[in-house]
Amino acid sequence: MSTSTAPDARTKPVQRPGDRVFFGLSYGAALLILLTLAGVAIFLTVEGIPGITASPDEVKSGERFLPYVGPLVFGTLLAAVIAMIIAVPVAIGVALFISHYAPRRLGATFGYIIDLLAAVPSVVYGAWGIAFLAGQMVPIYQWLEDNLGFIPLFAGPASATGRTIFTVAIVLALMILPIVTAICREIFLQTPRLHQEAALALGATRWEMARLAIFPYARSGIVSAAMLGLGRALGETMAVAMVLSASGVVTFNLISPTNPSTIAANIALSFPEASGLSVNALIASGLVLFVITFVVNFAARAIVDRRKEFSGAN
Amino acid sequence: MTSTIEPTRPPRRRDVLDDLESRKLPTSAARIVVGIALAVVVLGVVGGLGPAKSVVLGWLVTFALPLWSRVVEGSRKATDRLVTLLVCSAFGLALIPLASIVWTVVSKGAPILGSQFFTYSMRNVVGEGGGIYHALVGTLLITGAATVISVPIGLFTSIYLVEYGEGKRMASAIRFLVDVMTGIPSIVAGLFAYALFVLFFGEGVRMGIGGSVALSVLMIPVVVRACEEMLKLVPNELREAAFALGVPKWRTISKVVVPTALAGIVTGITLAIARVIGETAPLLIVAGYTDSVNFNLFDGRMATLPVFAYSSIRNPGVPPEFALDRAWGAALVLLLIVMLLNLIARLVSYLFSPKGEK
Amino acid sequence: MAKSIDVSDLDIFYGDFLAVEGVTIPIAARSVTAFIGPSGCGKSTFLRSLNRMHEVIPGARVDGKVLIDGEDLYGSDMDPVNVRRMIGMVFQRPNPFPTMSIYDNVLAGQKLNSKRMKKAESDEIVERSLRSAGLWAEVKDRLNRPGSGLSGGQQQRLCIARAISVQPEVLLMDEPCSALDPISTSIIEDLIHELKTEYTIVIVTHNMQQAARVSDETAFFNLSGVGKPGKLVEVGRTEKIFSNPEDPATEAYIQGRFG
Repeated sequence: MSTSTAPDARTKPVQRPGDRVFFGLSYGAALLILLTLAGVAIFLTVEGIPGITASPDEVKSGERFLPYVGPLVFGTLLAAVIAMIIAVPVAIGVALFISHYAPRRLGATFGYIIDLLAAVPSVVYGAWGIAFLAGQMVPIYQWLEDNLGFIPLFAGPASATGRTIFTVAIVLALMILPIVTAICREIFLQTPRLHQEAALALGATRWEMARLAIFPYARSGIVSAAMLGLGRALGETMAVAMVLSASGVVTFNLISPTNPSTIAANIALSFPEASGLSVNALIASGLVLFVITFVVNFAARAIVDRRKEFSGAN
Repeated sequence: MTSTIEPTRPPRRRDVLDDLESRKLPTSAARIVVGIALAVVVLGVVGGLGPAKSVVLGWLVTFALPLWSRVVEGSRKATDRLVTLLVCSAFGLALIPLASIVWTVVSKGAPILGSQFFTYSMRNVVGEGGGIYHALVGTLLITGAATVISVPIGLFTSIYLVEYGEGKRMASAIRFLVDVMTGIPSIVAGLFAYALFVLFFGEGVRMGIGGSVALSVLMIPVVVRACEEMLKLVPNELREAAFALGVPKWRTISKVVVPTALAGIVTGITLAIARVIGETAPLLIVAGYTDSVNFNLFDGRMATLPVFAYSSIRNPGVPPEFALDRAWGAALVLLLIVMLLNLIARLVSYLFSPKGEK
Repeated sequence: MAKSIDVSDLDIFYGDFLAVEGVTIPIAARSVTAFIGPSGCGKSTFLRSLNRMHEVIPGARVDGKVLIDGEDLYGSDMDPVNVRRMIGMVFQRPNPFPTMSIYDNVLAGQKLNSKRMKKAESDEIVERSLRSAGLWAEVKDRLNRPGSGLSGGQQQRLCIARAISVQPEVLLMDEPCSALDPISTSIIEDLIHELKTEYTIVIVTHNMQQAARVSDETAFFNLSGVGKPGKLVEVGRTEKIFSNPEDPATEAYIQGRFG
């Protein structure tokens, strides 16, 4: 319905005071969200710029901003990407299980159970990561070093505590699993029934039906789910801060005791004791993180929205 | 079909069935293989292999099913069975850490829960004793204030989106930005609140209300999305019925649309609270931590449960056991609160959906 | 109570799209006027323009005059909200408010506008409206139960009670029986007969027999072609339209040759 026609003075409804106030409140609230998002960008920039321009001897790290934040960006991306690589296939499997394999009546219940993973606070993930997962991973890392040590990823020496970037990635994968699963599940359930039944009627097995009717329809949705998961993993703080034994290096070695840190974990660890320009440097690194996650989420949402336009015909 | 049809006899149904059934595993095949796998697991545990290795071994045994199928049924069905196995395994794989987390937290946190744990703060406590009273108070105050900030903003924004924004560019922009806002890392929200408060109170500011602002940044988009979904579910016919009675739009929204969607809105808000009550990073940044009880959101540091758990693990002191016990206790209490909120949300949506629709 | 409506040369637009063109029709007070015609001919759109309900859709507007007892419905000092208080409406599907009891549903027009009333007064309005809607005997013992627990026909009568409890001048009905079974339909048709002694009733119906049964005047709407606006073909006494229409298209429609 086009709203472009010039409003006729006669059909312009009389505005009652109640309506005007109510509309004002609603519009104001919506506007406030715009302002908040702009505020996040502006305040981080204003407080961050002194940190970016600070000279090395003014901040605790003793480095210029770029060399300081570079390894952190690397660590952030590394942990998040590995987490995504672990989480996405599992999430697709779980989503397919809930939407098409599990008995119909139990599907919703299984969905709730997976959603419980999202309800666990990150500090609990962190505590569990230290107390349980890290210890379990030690022999596996030892085995990887002994048998696959020729691959740079597993060059070792294997960490004796298990608090490596790989352990962190597993925890992150768990944390993003529910959201990726939920989105995939939603899309799988939206697959047109007729397409599925057509495939089955042609004699396809269940897997062939999934491959022919579900995945082509769901592809862009899965991509954006993966990217939203990536966005979450990039920004996750506490689990990383608690589990990782970080030393700010740049390395692809996933199982050694020296690991790259992430932006978020570095802020959480350094902020409580930071002062002066170091605080500004941390805020500036937060700005970098904000920009990265913003771009990732923006791209993911753009894919979703484009998909919506195309799926209208169904 | 390869069988020739003789003109003197009608097509033999039995042959066709044979053809369909001949290359098939018995229907109990899956049960047999799973049974063997379970037996392997039990034997492994009994035989001292350890639970983890036994489960992996049992899991490997289940791959016999697609292999068997490959021999009997051919590759198409074997692939199908393999995928079914993998899909079910994925679900099982997701359950293991959930069970492990719950077990770890409950077994380590339960012993310390007692009246002292809930009624004492950490003021002047060294070593054993003390409790989470101060953190509990802080968590409730900060989250409560965040809810008070977020709910009106979130609800009115969703009202704008659903009731006023139809087809407007502003509405689609807001919708998009809300989605983007959902993805703001919690630590960035904390930094934002800090940077905002620094402008007014100077460097190094720590304040409970700052934590509420940070949590609101995380909570508002969740509230908006939930309320928007619920308002959209209200049938247009009800709005028209109210309009036709000569009820102005704002009264229609506040007295018909919102009450009809109320159960869903309360559910959404409860889930949003559950989401932010466990946040640690922003509170660590802007609310800080203290050992004492602080009832004033506008004055100084304020302890919260997640930050308490974090700092107890981070700086346990000597000897570390007591602080670690308290950390697990706090983690358990936090987990219970979050689960309880989730349960309440489900109950509300189940019990209070509009009359007649149950 | 009960006012006449005089429509002259009314065009209805959705944005740039002309939906209904050039309608001129007098509607007498205390009578039943039925609008018939094939789907998409604009009869419902026109009905909604009589209480300005079409304005709920963004971009909708009208050109022309609608006079109610000589007062311009679209005059610059007219508030659509007040127009709708004066001209009630019943919809295609029964739509009682699910959060309200039967009692509150009948009083919805007053309650939603926060009108203060004494208990005795509101009791009286509820009883009178439900009696007029022929529902009193069936629900008088369960006025505090939710309205959505009633059957479809009862719900529709509840909606009629709700519409007449604010004592409108005119009652518009948009295919009020299309979602109902034959028995409920017949009850509502009887009700329409009784209501016309007090109200001006305009009813849109898809069912020609229903128009013949309930109405005094019948107006036939038609489309001149695909994508073209709907228009009023002819209006007259119901007996005349059904026995001896002027326009060949009306005759064709009445005899079931299209539509």
